[in-house]
Amino acid sequence: MKDKTDILIIGGGVTGCFAARELSRYDLDITLVEKEPSLCTGTTKANTALIHAGFNADPDKLKGRLNMRGNQLYHERIQHELDVPIEWLGALVVAKEEEKLPKLEELLEKGQENGVPDLEIVKGDDIYDLEPHLADDAIAALHAPTAGIVNPFELTVALANNAAMNGADVYLEAGVEDIEDKGETKLVKTAKGDIEANIVINAAGLYADKIANMVGIDKFEITPRRGEYYLYDKQADIDVQTTVFPVPTKVSKGIVVTPTDEGNVLIGPNAEVIESVENKSTTREGLDEVLNGAQKTIPELSKRNVIKEFAGLRPAITETGDFLIEASDEVPGFINVAGIQSPGLASAPAIAEKVVGIVKEEIGGLREDPDFDPNYEGPPKFRHMSHEEQAKLVEEDKNYGQIICRCESVTKGEILEAIREPVGARTVNDIKRRVRPGSGRCQGGFCEPKVVNILSEELGIPEDEVVLESKESKLLRERTKEPLLNEEEVSDNE
Amino acid sequence: MNKQEYELVVVGGGPAGLAAAQEAYDQGVRDILILERDFELGGILQQCIHNGFGLHYFGEELTGPEYAQQFMENVRERGVDIKLDTMVLEVTPEKDVYAINSDDGMLYIDAEAVILAMGCRERTREAIDIPGTRPAGVYSAGTAQRYVNMEQWIPGEKVVILGSGDIGLIMARRMHLEGAEVEAVLEIMPFSGGLVRNIVQCLDDFDIPLRMQQTVTEIHGKDRLEAVTVAEVDDNMQPIPGTEYKIECDTLLLSVGLIPENELSKDAGVKMHDVTGGPIVNEGRETNIEGIFACGNVLHVHDLVDWVTEESLVAGKTAANYLQGGIDKREQEIEVNPGENVGYIVPQKITNDVEDRKLVDLYMRCKKPMEHVTINLYSGDKKLLDKNERRVEPGEMITFPVPEQMISDDMDSLKVDIVKEGE
Ligand SMILES: Cc1cc2nc3c(=O)[nH]c(=O)nc-3n(C[C@H](O)[C@H](O)[C@H](O)COP(=O)(O)OP(=O)(O)OC[C@H]3O[C@@H](n4cnc5c(N)ncnc54)[C@H](O)[C@@H]3O)c2cc1C
Ligand SMILES: Cc1cc2nc3c(=O)[nH]c(=O)nc-3n(C[C@H](O)[C@H](O)[C@H](O)COP(=O)(O)OP(=O)(O)OC[C@H]3O[C@@H](n4cnc5c(N)ncnc54)[C@H](O)[C@@H]3O)c2cc1C
Repeated sequence: MKDKTDILIIGGGVTGCFAARELSRYDLDITLVEKEPSLCTGTTKANTALIHAGFNADPDKLKGRLNMRGNQLYHERIQHELDVPIEWLGALVVAKEEEKLPKLEELLEKGQENGVPDLEIVKGDDIYDLEPHLADDAIAALHAPTAGIVNPFELTVALANNAAMNGADVYLEAGVEDIEDKGETKLVKTAKGDIEANIVINAAGLYADKIANMVGIDKFEITPRRGEYYLYDKQADIDVQTTVFPVPTKVSKGIVVTPTDEGNVLIGPNAEVIESVENKSTTREGLDEVLNGAQKTIPELSKRNVIKEFAGLRPAITETGDFLIEASDEVPGFINVAGIQSPGLASAPAIAEKVVGIVKEEIGGLREDPDFDPNYEGPPKFRHMSHEEQAKLVEEDKNYGQIICRCESVTKGEILEAIREPVGARTVNDIKRRVRPGSGRCQGGFCEPKVVNILSEELGIPEDEVVLESKESKLLRERTKEPLLNEEEVSDNE
Repeated sequence: MNKQEYELVVVGGGPAGLAAAQEAYDQGVRDILILERDFELGGILQQCIHNGFGLHYFGEELTGPEYAQQFMENVRERGVDIKLDTMVLEVTPEKDVYAINSDDGMLYIDAEAVILAMGCRERTREAIDIPGTRPAGVYSAGTAQRYVNMEQWIPGEKVVILGSGDIGLIMARRMHLEGAEVEAVLEIMPFSGGLVRNIVQCLDDFDIPLRMQQTVTEIHGKDRLEAVTVAEVDDNMQPIPGTEYKIECDTLLLSVGLIPENELSKDAGVKMHDVTGGPIVNEGRETNIEGIFACGNVLHVHDLVDWVTEESLVAGKTAANYLQGGIDKREQEIEVNPGENVGYIVPQKITNDVEDRKLVDLYMRCKKPMEHVTINLYSGDKKLLDKNERRVEPGEMITFPVPEQMISDDMDSLKVDIVKEGE
């Protein structure tokens, strides 16, 4: 690891990676450190993936203002620059009872004040034109066509790779253990070595309070709030066209039903304050709450065709209920980007914009790098191609003729690309998030041994060192007693 | 795109595809192509290195690879074309087959008939909805079997197995012999889904406990599996509060059911059966799409490969008849319906008029285990045939041969039920 940098970003979630990418526009030396062996293992890997339109955003709060700006930036820039799935499916807030109508009107007005374009309240058949399989007792719905969905994994990976292409350095398995404030600079001690930085940006998600504590800041505390989900098979024949919300009540925001960018249906999340920032377990009660809630808007949902359950943690600052994005008064050169709960993903481009503004002020001006290239293209997606396009791809590279994941039709070529990118994939789950082997109905039963094999070959490590996610999550223990291969072949493999 | 033409394309080179191709050849079809996505033929049998295959068909006990070997040689001798490492991506209702491999690139094959023999896949932890964390160390039993028998890696040291299907039982013994501690095999039902001989040979012989009416209710561990919570269940398979206990383990193997792998079939417009999860077929194993046939585990999950072979010979023969000028249809279709204590019957209908046929085999599974039973075949209210069995189990497929002469022109449905002897 290098020992000096202008700007050190802590955290490889969407917040950190977006900041790295936006700062790499300037003539600065940028470094991002992430404690896990892969990007996107924190809150960014387990959420609803919505780019909220902003009708529910509170203009008095930072998170409300940044949500509006973020949505605009996704529309105007991000979707054109980065090869990342973003779809403007629109959102529907569905009222089933008369007494919910005033709340719907209130959302409409608030949205209009916030400047959300094209909002309208639809009634009767118009609701079912938008969402044919909605519960049959809907009486009105607020329709927000500028709401969208994004693939958060691909987004984060695209941002990190784009930053790296523009000169940023990204270090994985480089968890920050301590920070020494040396006045002008900060000496950041990581698992990969020490690095001296002029400016430190704390984007450590659920651990942001612990990072802040390292430099003596204890003005905020992160409280994890868990949300659980069910994800359905693409072939489940559940017809959902938009992102469907119930009308929020004082007690609950209600369970969302939404398509994902790949055409699965996702339902969740509930909200439960928990003790530990490590506790991403799903629970019987939580999952039941999610399914019951979802059935209120889309009754045909059941446990049939569920292919995945998961949970994510919102890193909330409970006192303010808001984002905290500021240069610390106490510790110059230390910028907190904390409390990035929902709508952190929708706001991410605007959060990055704000961070750039703060850095500009701290340094006193930034020079643009004339070579900055805002465009990034990810591995090709075999599954979305016509047979003609697929034929051409294999002709160019034989590795695209080998299907590794049967459920999602992922080729060896795509997996190799993911490993060989500037910030390459190193774990089974990282490859799953980037190019989808194991994301389908068999959940890796078929392809996991093959992915382990490819990772081992490409990285030059034995198969029993390949991990699922964290450094300790090894998949294999030891060789079998009586190998069916001859001894030589086995020792060659070891 | 690499365009080719074949009379018959067989999707999948497991025992089903191999037997079907062999029989179609023996019936005179010469232009046959088998497409197999693995690097070798033989299907799931290649990883079943235990004994117990072929007792019915060969009259001797073979290992999985030995059994497969016989049929691999048969198709090779006959000069059937084979493409390995080749994934079939799509079969259209017009019987155009798209497949891909590294050497030929994209293949577009214009086929006159297609036999679907893609086998099945395993149900997952997610499909049975076990809450908890998502660490390494949770595998389907078949994946673990592949790691151990094909890749020579032991996935873990302290093992709990959920589900007493055959793969679970076989893997309990395998892991034990590899030096792992198998803490228990848990079964949510009051009876096992596996063959009785596997319970004896894989568990009893090694003192591995089989705990009925218990299931895993939570998974623990951050990086690697650390423990599972187990609970007793009631007769509706719901966990009984207060009965929970924890088992420390680093590995959970799931043997919780197989699902016929029919994504290709569905895209081809083939109609599926709710209970089997496979295509609806007539006795020739032809689907609703003329010229598309299905056999083996893709049609319904078999416990014995011998029946896979028998069924696939039928499919191969009918496909040959189809290619050689067509199949004569009966004037009236006969529906085959499950009655009391019958889960499903394959075929779901009898539609063909076949000259030299002596028997039509009905394959079925019972819903619950029963001792001293009579299996009755009815046409309307009229009983045609019965046979007695000492014991039936959902884990063991029942075959019921119906003599051709009993099937008459005026029938429109058949029904089978399984009742206590003398009832
Ligand atoms: C249930 C749920 C639903 C949500 N739905 C939406 C939605 O629909 N739309 C929306 O806009 N937002 C949504 N959000 C919010 C959104 O997901 C988050 O705001 C966003 O992902 C936060 O990203 P982040 O990069 O700040 O945090 P993270 O993704 O958690 O990234 C922080 C990173 O820092 C790393 N790190 C921690 N400690 C250290 C250390 N010591 N050294 C180095 N690295 C470290 C972590 O490993 C992690 O990778 C949802 C959140 C949840 C939980
Ligand atoms: C673990 C286990 C233990 C068993 N134990 C016994 C036993 O002790 N005794 C016994 O008699 N029977 C046993 N059986 C049952 C028997 O072996 C199986 O029922 C039989 O192998 C099924 O044959 P099949 O050809 O239908 O499926 P498979 O053997 O699964 O073959 C299907 C083939 O199709 C290929 N394929 C699938 N999709 C595609 C595609 N899109 N393109 C190209 N190729 C494709 C697959 O790669 C595979 O090779 C066992 C089965 C299992 C799984």
